[in-house]
Amino acid sequence: MAQALDPHAAIVTTASGAEDGKLTTADGKPLAWALKRSQLKAKRRAFLLVLPLLAFILITFVIPIGQMLQRSFYNDGFSANMPQISQWFAENERGTPPDEAAWTALANDLIASAEDRSIGVVGTRINYDVPGTRSLFTSTGRKVRRGIEPPYREALLEIDEEWGDSRLWSAMRNAATPVTANFYLASVDRTRTDDGSIQQVDERQRVYVMLFMRTFWLSLLITALTFVLGFPVAHLLATLPMRKSNLLMILVLLPFWTSLLVRTTSWMVLLQQQGVINDILVWLGVIGGGQRLQMIYNQTGTIIAMTHILLPFMILPLYSVMRTINPSYVRAARSLGATSWTAFRRIYFPQTLPGLGAGALLVFILAVGYYITPALVGGSSGQLISNMIAMHMTDTLNWSMAAALAALLLASVLILYWLYDRMVGIDNLKLG
Amino acid sequence: MKRTVLLCTALVAPSWALAEGTVEVMSWGGAYSQSQVDAFNKPFEAETGIKVNMIDVDNPATPIKAQVQAGNVSADIASIGYSDATRLCDEGMLVEIDPADLLPASDGTPAADDFLEGGLSDCFVATDVYSTVIAYDESRFPENPPSTVADFFDTETYPGKRGMLKEPRFNMEFALMADGVPADEVYEVLSTPEGLERAFAKLDTIKGNAVFWEAGAQPPQLLADGEVVMTQAYNGRIFNAAVDEGKPFKIIWDGQIYEMEGWVIPIDGPNPENAMEYLKFSTSAESLARASMQISYGPPRKSSAPLVGNYKDTDIPMSPNLPTSPENMGNALAFDNDFWVDHMSELSERFAAWLAT
Repeated sequence: MAQALDPHAAIVTTASGAEDGKLTTADGKPLAWALKRSQLKAKRRAFLLVLPLLAFILITFVIPIGQMLQRSFYNDGFSANMPQISQWFAENERGTPPDEAAWTALANDLIASAEDRSIGVVGTRINYDVPGTRSLFTSTGRKVRRGIEPPYREALLEIDEEWGDSRLWSAMRNAATPVTANFYLASVDRTRTDDGSIQQVDERQRVYVMLFMRTFWLSLLITALTFVLGFPVAHLLATLPMRKSNLLMILVLLPFWTSLLVRTTSWMVLLQQQGVINDILVWLGVIGGGQRLQMIYNQTGTIIAMTHILLPFMILPLYSVMRTINPSYVRAARSLGATSWTAFRRIYFPQTLPGLGAGALLVFILAVGYYITPALVGGSSGQLISNMIAMHMTDTLNWSMAAALAALLLASVLILYWLYDRMVGIDNLKLG
Repeated sequence: MKRTVLLCTALVAPSWALAEGTVEVMSWGGAYSQSQVDAFNKPFEAETGIKVNMIDVDNPATPIKAQVQAGNVSADIASIGYSDATRLCDEGMLVEIDPADLLPASDGTPAADDFLEGGLSDCFVATDVYSTVIAYDESRFPENPPSTVADFFDTETYPGKRGMLKEPRFNMEFALMADGVPADEVYEVLSTPEGLERAFAKLDTIKGNAVFWEAGAQPPQLLADGEVVMTQAYNGRIFNAAVDEGKPFKIIWDGQIYEMEGWVIPIDGPNPENAMEYLKFSTSAESLARASMQISYGPPRKSSAPLVGNYKDTDIPMSPNLPTSPENMGNALAFDNDFWVDHMSELSERFAAWLAT
């Protein structure tokens, strides 16, 4: 067995015994076959070793995220609980006015749905498309549970005349198929009109596109700021004598190890209008007591706090790359007549690019999904798209919408990652 | 040791069959959970021998929904708001509760007649009435303190920053009431497009002076830091800051928006029988009165009112500090859950757009 596992041994033993020009192992098997076999075995062993991790990732990461993302285009809240009317929609094309069969199907579905307490799910689904209809479903459900007599059209209109609304029927038709693009449309401030065409939502209701743009713009800005602030620090860390650089390293790592919330609230203490910085400025007489600066609960607060929190993610990869740069290259450039700026620009800086790339990618991707800090210090103008996702998760409980927004965010990050790979090359990434 | 404790409990409380096990109670944390520990859990444990485990979360409705959907429910009973209870009940995630199972008042009035209107619904039993109010820092307005909800929007007479909830609920209602809409017409007006415009126009007038908050602990902190001079807040938080920490905070009861919170039992919880025992025990008139002496949330049972005494071990009478007291109910708005269930998604987006631009 040991022989088969060691290809070199096989070559040595068979080199002398090559008879018909084909290399064989000691026991007469073809060498290529034996090699393949031994490699397969090694691969299988390696696979078995990573299997627990793979299963762990699959169960705790891929499946839940996949299920969550599925909600963004698949919502069977209506179609699963209202089978008869969904069937009617499938058989009659758009524009068909509801006939007696449709009203009967609707009434039967409402009765069944009210009985098994799924009417709320049904109403919630329609309410996404026509705000204000959820209570129509639940209150009708409570009434039909007590009994309803045909003719159903008159009976339902008697309960609430909103049942005759064409918008409602159009929304029910859209919801009758579980697969829908409506949540993605809503995520880019678009909606479907009654005849099925797509148009922008009311101007006062548009928010997502603007927030996506703001999220990417602020993330870019924060990445640039961490670069400007982090590059000199990383350089110092890499070039100072050990004792001093260790001290500096602790100054970088200590905040990194401190809880995110503690760091965010410390910024509140520092930046708020009655805070430390404003107090000092007023005491120094730089500003009057009545004109204290608004540095938090707005975009400025978000930028400052997030830059600080994400700074170590830029410094650490930069530092690890800079430490390996041989100082003699720069010295050689200088001795060949380059100014210090040229030597930095053409010799030193290009060598730091792998660290810079890694740092920038880390900071940007973390910033795009940041949630707690903007929620705490962002006020109204410092909100990011992640805060809307959180709102849909916890306040409106519209998880399909949250999933659609999250999927768009994920997709745009993946596109940026792909662009980065094409332009810089992911192999040039160095994390440490 | 354990056996001794069990024996003692059996001797002290012979009227209750010695129940085994635990009940998992999910609540909101902070002073609210503490009031439930003192008013419900401790006497319940002493009387029944059932151990109560508190699970504190930000809003129990969210984990309850997730747990029931995942088929892995860890809570037996949870404290959630009325609107969430209605929604989860309609979605079939909660156990239905028969009011006849609840303990009657001491004079024999059945629970169904004893609870305030809206205190009982299919799956929900109220434990407290709390309200969202305007609070201000008394020391910032030594003369002519603000007294109405309109004063919140009047930054000329009362200059300074305002703390506002970062969501449309309450903001829309306060704006309309400040604009002169009587409490009982607020939701009627708000249901019309013109009413919405009116509310947003009123909000526009203080947007430049607003500091937005999300967690209930923030407004007292904002007031204490001097970051705002007036803020929307939950009445209980302001009471605690004023009484426990001696802060000069005052509540404007005019235009208060009150709502109820209470117990729900998620389906498939681990200890359903203990949950029912706990529910019965904690919604008796005595228990509810005890709770309202721990935290300034009013008891939802009429028969609890005369049982309310002083706050904790102080000599501060609790009644004037409760939203349910008659002198505080003059211009009070009952929060309309149905309106918000229908319009929350739509108005959240509109409000977010308003905030962001």
